[in-house]
Amino acid sequence: MTVGYEPWDTARGAEIIAEHAGLEGATLVILHALQEAFGYVPEPAIPMVAEALNLSRAEVHGVFTFYHDFRKQPAGRHVLKLCRAEACQAAGGDALAARAEAKLGVSLGHTTADERVTLEPIYCLGLCATAPSAMLDGRVVGRLDEARIDALVAEAQR
Amino acid sequence: MTMRIFIPRDAGAVAVGADDVALAFEQAAAARGAPVEIVRTGSRGLYWLEPLVELATAQGRIGFGPVTPGDVPSLLDAMAGNGQHTLRLGVTDEIPWLKRQTRLTFARCGVIDPRSVDDYRAHGGYKGLERALTLTSDQILADVTTSGLRGRGGAGFPTGIKWKTVAQASADRKYIVCNADEGDSGTFADRMIMEGDPFVVIEGMTIAGITVGATKGYIYIRSEYPHAVEAMNAAIAAARRAGLLGKRIGGSAHEFDLEVRVGAGAYVCGEETSLLESLEGRRGIVRAKPPLPAHKGLFGRPSVINNVLSFAAIPFILDNGAKAYADFGMGRSRGTMPIQLAGNIRYGGLFETAFGVTLGELVDEIGGGTFTGREVRAVQVGGPLGAYFPRALFDTPFDYEAFAARDGLIGHGGIVVFDDTVDMVKQARFAMEFCAIESCGKCTPCRIGSTRGVETINKIINGERVAENLAVIEDLCNTMKFGSLCALGGFTPYPVMSALKHFREDFGPAPARLQAAE
Repeated sequence: MTVGYEPWDTARGAEIIAEHAGLEGATLVILHALQEAFGYVPEPAIPMVAEALNLSRAEVHGVFTFYHDFRKQPAGRHVLKLCRAEACQAAGGDALAARAEAKLGVSLGHTTADERVTLEPIYCLGLCATAPSAMLDGRVVGRLDEARIDALVAEAQR
Repeated sequence: MTMRIFIPRDAGAVAVGADDVALAFEQAAAARGAPVEIVRTGSRGLYWLEPLVELATAQGRIGFGPVTPGDVPSLLDAMAGNGQHTLRLGVTDEIPWLKRQTRLTFARCGVIDPRSVDDYRAHGGYKGLERALTLTSDQILADVTTSGLRGRGGAGFPTGIKWKTVAQASADRKYIVCNADEGDSGTFADRMIMEGDPFVVIEGMTIAGITVGATKGYIYIRSEYPHAVEAMNAAIAAARRAGLLGKRIGGSAHEFDLEVRVGAGAYVCGEETSLLESLEGRRGIVRAKPPLPAHKGLFGRPSVINNVLSFAAIPFILDNGAKAYADFGMGRSRGTMPIQLAGNIRYGGLFETAFGVTLGELVDEIGGGTFTGREVRAVQVGGPLGAYFPRALFDTPFDYEAFAARDGLIGHGGIVVFDDTVDMVKQARFAMEFCAIESCGKCTPCRIGSTRGVETINKIINGERVAENLAVIEDLCNTMKFGSLCALGGFTPYPVMSALKHFREDFGPAPARLQAAE
């Protein structure tokens, strides 16, 4: 279970939705806010967002599934994102990604069986002059090498 | 006397330890009881020297780098003493890599405190807006047009014409939209300026607002840039407090306010119509044009949508005049371009210079070749949709038209360097894969073509009927190039076809008849 997030609660969800429903084009803002609170976008929230914004459930579901950021279920305790775009590829990112996958025993896009670490690809952190780069729970790390990726993986497993 | 020390808070510097260095300075200074003022700035853009720490002196700022927390005690000794240290780089402005640049847009980046309106003003900020407030809309439009500024997002459309179209449209509301969805690998100029000099973006957007008669602006920043989101929000709040956003900006009759919106990991939202859909709260599905966003943009209203760097170029133009900007550059590419050197490169970072510098100068002289020390084999210019250039094309000048003439594009100005270990067929496949992952799905050439492209390149990699499959790739690329609705499907053929054209040897054995002829 992801730490630092609230468990899903309908009243709390409704409160978050109401807080942003008045904005122009509020759907993404609300989905971000829900995910920030709960660590993912719980399924029961989708029809609630639709209701609040006078949209169909399908429209909100469509938005939720279109964007890579929104999660259907909680991530692992830590999220390690490895940049897999060209600048990091050029700087040796492929081998480092393979190394992280081997150490964690999961491929990119998956969570370890003990639910400690979610390993994800990310397409560019804008740290292309200090490539290869990664992000562990929002903290950016550049100039990765084998020792640094090992340290990041170990930190994520703690 | 209090020492003033400057340490970047730029994400690229933080990624290599700038926060740890700042903390070490605070702790060491406190332990010694030394009076030290630490200013967190943006980055100067010399990333191989990050964390680059600067000390204010009578001779100017003296740079030290790259600094680790372990260097801090000896650095403090040096700073308090004669200033000598093995990490000493001399006066930062005199470092040749920085000195040979022409920093118009990035003049303040890495210099000022990005949270302080006063610091921005002290370094010439808001002079462009001050002058704009004394001009009519037509006069501002004339300046922007004469400057020759073209959209820095990649398309290169003349900014003045875009603004004029919106200015002439009549509507109950108009919008200014800043495209900060900088998804191209190898680019980070938008991130740097938002983190290092956010007020220049705010000022540029404000000038756009008063010119076209818009009172509301949105900055759409990708979610991969949390530091930029934080910096822009802090700057917007500071500008509001200073009366430079909101009603009666700068004491004038004009009203303009800004809001940051955060993307959600969709590359295609960097395409302007997809971005507008996303801002409206929908899936980032590309819109067919016409209507142009200048006529029917955000919420169906006339909208100026420009890249971060386009808005950031405006204050200089208004402050110094259109000619001062247009005097730089070549051909129809006027002014300067913040070029980003990335990937496997020795001296990576931001190099702002007038158009016309050659690719070879950028990669070899300025970039210093690869950091692995191996031969440069290929460079990708303009992001994931840009062409791969071999050394044979290094004489290409950095100019919209010159790159187009060689089946490439400058895009948002990113250059990614690869050494001779690169496998170009893999890079071609990645281009198709990336397009397949990021396609919005609206048009068939992009949605289906990219997936078929991955499958076909896999066959080539496996050595299956290579010549026939290469013909399929070529055909597919033509269909995508001419049949796609936007640049995602339309430009994915650039990296694929350039890899094939210039690095044919990576795509398996040459056709049998050629082998027979040898």
